[in-house]
Amino acid sequence: MTEPAEKSDASLALILLLSVLIVATCGLIYELLAGTLASYLLGDSVTQFSTVIGTYLFAMGIGSWLSRYVTGDAMGVFVRVEMLIALIGGWSAAGLFILFPLVADFRFALYTLVLVIGLMVGLEIPLLIRILQRRFAFHELVSNVLTVDYVGALVASVLFPLVLVPQLGMIRTGFVFGLANVSVAIALLIILRKARRTAPDMAAALLVMASLIAGLIFAERMQRWSEVAFYQEPVIYARSTPYQRIVLTRRNDDLRLYLNGNLQFSSRDEYRYHEALVWPTLGRVAQPAQVLVLGGGDGLAAREILKDKRVERVTLVDLDPEMTHLFRETPQLAALNGQAFTSPRVSVHNADAFRWVRQAQGRYDAILIDFPDPTEFSLGKLYTENFYREVARLLAPGGVMAVQSTSPLIAPRSYWTVATTLEAAGLTARGYHAYVPSFGEWGFTMAAHGPIPPLATLPAGLRFLTPESEALMFDFPPDMARRATPVNRLDNQALVRSFSEEWAPYEG
Amino acid sequence: MRADRRGVLAGGSALAATALLPAGCADRPLVPGTLSGPDMTRGHRLRDGTYPAPSGPPARIGIAIAGGGVAGLSAGWTLLDAGFTDFVLYELEDETGGNARSDRNAVSAYPLGAHYLPVPNREAKALRHMLEQFGIITGADTAGAPRFDPLQLCADLEERLFWRGKWQEGLYPQSGLSAEEQSQRDRFYARMAEFRAARGADGRPAFASPSAYSSQDPHFTALDQQNFSDWLTQQGFTAPALRAHLRYCCRDDYGTEPEQVSAWAGLHYFAARRGWAADEQGDAELTWPEGNGRLIALMRARLKDHIRTASPVLRAAPDGVGVLIDRFDSHRGQTRQTSADCAILAMPYFVAHRVAPALSPARGFSYAPWVVANVTVSRLPRGPGAPLAWDNVSAGSDSLGYVVATHQNSSAGDGPSVLTWYMPLSRLSPKTAREALRSRSLSAWQQIVRDDLLQINPDLDGAIDRIDVWRWGHAMIRPTPGFLSDPARMAASALSPPLLLAHSDLSGLSLFEEAHYRGVAAAEAALRARGHTFTSRI
Repeated sequence: MTEPAEKSDASLALILLLSVLIVATCGLIYELLAGTLASYLLGDSVTQFSTVIGTYLFAMGIGSWLSRYVTGDAMGVFVRVEMLIALIGGWSAAGLFILFPLVADFRFALYTLVLVIGLMVGLEIPLLIRILQRRFAFHELVSNVLTVDYVGALVASVLFPLVLVPQLGMIRTGFVFGLANVSVAIALLIILRKARRTAPDMAAALLVMASLIAGLIFAERMQRWSEVAFYQEPVIYARSTPYQRIVLTRRNDDLRLYLNGNLQFSSRDEYRYHEALVWPTLGRVAQPAQVLVLGGGDGLAAREILKDKRVERVTLVDLDPEMTHLFRETPQLAALNGQAFTSPRVSVHNADAFRWVRQAQGRYDAILIDFPDPTEFSLGKLYTENFYREVARLLAPGGVMAVQSTSPLIAPRSYWTVATTLEAAGLTARGYHAYVPSFGEWGFTMAAHGPIPPLATLPAGLRFLTPESEALMFDFPPDMARRATPVNRLDNQALVRSFSEEWAPYEG
Repeated sequence: MRADRRGVLAGGSALAATALLPAGCADRPLVPGTLSGPDMTRGHRLRDGTYPAPSGPPARIGIAIAGGGVAGLSAGWTLLDAGFTDFVLYELEDETGGNARSDRNAVSAYPLGAHYLPVPNREAKALRHMLEQFGIITGADTAGAPRFDPLQLCADLEERLFWRGKWQEGLYPQSGLSAEEQSQRDRFYARMAEFRAARGADGRPAFASPSAYSSQDPHFTALDQQNFSDWLTQQGFTAPALRAHLRYCCRDDYGTEPEQVSAWAGLHYFAARRGWAADEQGDAELTWPEGNGRLIALMRARLKDHIRTASPVLRAAPDGVGVLIDRFDSHRGQTRQTSADCAILAMPYFVAHRVAPALSPARGFSYAPWVVANVTVSRLPRGPGAPLAWDNVSAGSDSLGYVVATHQNSSAGDGPSVLTWYMPLSRLSPKTAREALRSRSLSAWQQIVRDDLLQINPDLDGAIDRIDVWRWGHAMIRPTPGFLSDPARMAASALSPPLLLAHSDLSGLSLFEEAHYRGVAAAEAALRARGHTFTSRI
């Protein structure tokens, strides 16, 4: 095919080769962005990267094959494809972030995007070879193009983890490389402007460029729109169930669970929290054969309880089946709770604990209540006198229970409301607290039918608690000391109200 | 009638205007749903009197109760509680319950009408006794104040108001009130507190619940002679936000505009509630997913062997010793006679005066029509500001908002629910409104309900699965000025055995406490006439 109007001047050849480099770099960047994003958002990076790379390479194959059907103006098609890649690739990271919380099937959106970008990049290289074929000998041409292509890949794969992601972040990286793509298109259009009519293409290219620049400027804001940015750490899993939004994040070995945006645990220090929740109670019960856990769908409290060989059965009631399913079936999460949910000693009931306790029969030697903080009225019901009366009915004589009760330092009124309410329900209550770095100073309330045994017998080998440190947890310095509070009842929801007042200064 | 005409002429609210549009014929419903209500055919047949002549020998019974609403069931419950079993309760409809009926679907039970009962006053002894038997009152504190089952008291958050684009706690607007408006509000509530504490020369509270315990001092009863709106203006209560709130209250309890409510009834709403309970729960309300349908079910469970449904009483005439009753057996298509020592007509006056020729015409009695829609939603409503409450009201709508059926019994934050939406057709005259009730199609009502809901909860778009519409042609007696001194009402209240009337119509206030009191009073009068010994609780 001949393109008589286009002079085979050196500058065009150089620009074209340079554009191979840029196209190759950009293509790989988009691929890396998609892979990284997928690992961030969906977890399991090995699977995400291999499927994204596979899809991308396959799509390039389809593009190369389709290039045979481009019979007319190869240069024109190349420029337009270049603009399309700039637009789609440039917006890909921003789009995926924004789409993530909105679409039902994120994977479909992801692979469609990878397929489209791969296809267009795959179309470009054969087109370039055809455009350049009259300027180089064939062996030289193949050598040049492939060399530049592979150098581009190296540039991209080195820049991406070392410079781009840490310096620019993924959304801006996308826009920057989109701009590189569209610059190639514009440069070519400028060179070709005498030889052909380029005005409509130029207008389109400038529009694409403007949209990418706008994206770059507003990248920060877009990052804020996307839920993912709400979390300090990369999100590896997010899902809305009928009851809550479950989000898992991970940075290095720190895995964190958020429910409706509230941190539930950090894998770095959750042992402190769960040892403090479980062992002071188990250590005060002579024979804890039957243990009830309300909430605790992450299975971490169950893991602690199962370490106690005296425990015959753990009954766990958590509202959300997706939560317990997640912590049973995901290897990484199940490892965290020591496969607690596959233990024959554990039975899980997915039910609203507020209703469940009213219908439940039987006696439990130890009861551990691990609900999210009382941030709303529906959760506040699980901290009421009425609820504790039902729980008390299920607590065996001589049994002991513990309730996670928010921070006694940040929210002392709320914290002591739990004790006041347990007492109003006819129980004896004692507060204790522990330092959990990711939470801060955290409080629990222990309760029993009669006097609470002063000392706990603890097993050896705990990471946090010893008999000496356990005893210290019951001591409250003046800034967290007990104060008079109302009883939290269904018809006053005193706890939800004080909780929102006390935490308000700590939340943006 | 003034306000009706104004409402109609000016187009009133959008809702009133919509209600006047011609009905679309046989148009398809927007979402699945039903259009129902009390059986109009049976009701009208009673009016038109096209029944076969009585056949067979008359049956004999000690006491006959005609009507299975709250008053009739309360009368029957009182008889059984006194150990009296020789009675039958006849009900026109297929189901007892009257205004307090309820229904259920896969998501929840829900009310078709009345949906709560305030914690009763000290004077409501009979009602308290029944609530004790039902386990709703679980004990008492050291001062003897009853302790209520917390699960049956309305859980916090009880009420929220959509005001200026945002939800706020409570039903009285809070933000953006001028100093004058705030001072009028404070003065109004101070005035109501005075009325609440006031007692007459007869030692009775100025306003009591049940109202029969109220003082008969002329300076209190004179309030019945003027309308609430005029009284408010006279007293200098003119602030728009205050008047809008008071209008809401009048429509909420009486289905009637303040211009048509007597000042006595208007004040009763604010000045009669002195709920008596332990644990500072006196201001609370009892509620259940099915509303007062719960109380109906509890009464019905005890009475079930005495109830005959689909059995309208056509005629009740004293025959010298007792009352001869004609009743229609809808299943067999025959009219039967029962000779009762005593008969309690537990039905609204506009029906009772047709059944009992002894009663004078119902001229002073008028009734407010209502529409109640049960809206099944796949997710709970939200909105800016205060979170979802049990009762959710918009300051800018002619509806009374919605209550959430699943409010009481769950701690799960989301998921499906049923919202019960209320609208008294108070801007129209009762007759025009009943015409609208009869002619309006299901889809037209659904449109009104949906538009009103989406106005305050746009977040419900796409979440409405069903709208079931229930029409009450004669939902509530209207406590119009002069009603308390209406001769027909006074004569009906003064009836003595063998023929008695028991209905909240006699109080002029369509409230559970009133209907219950009237039922108990009639039952006790009947027992006394029969020479049955019992402990009076009124």
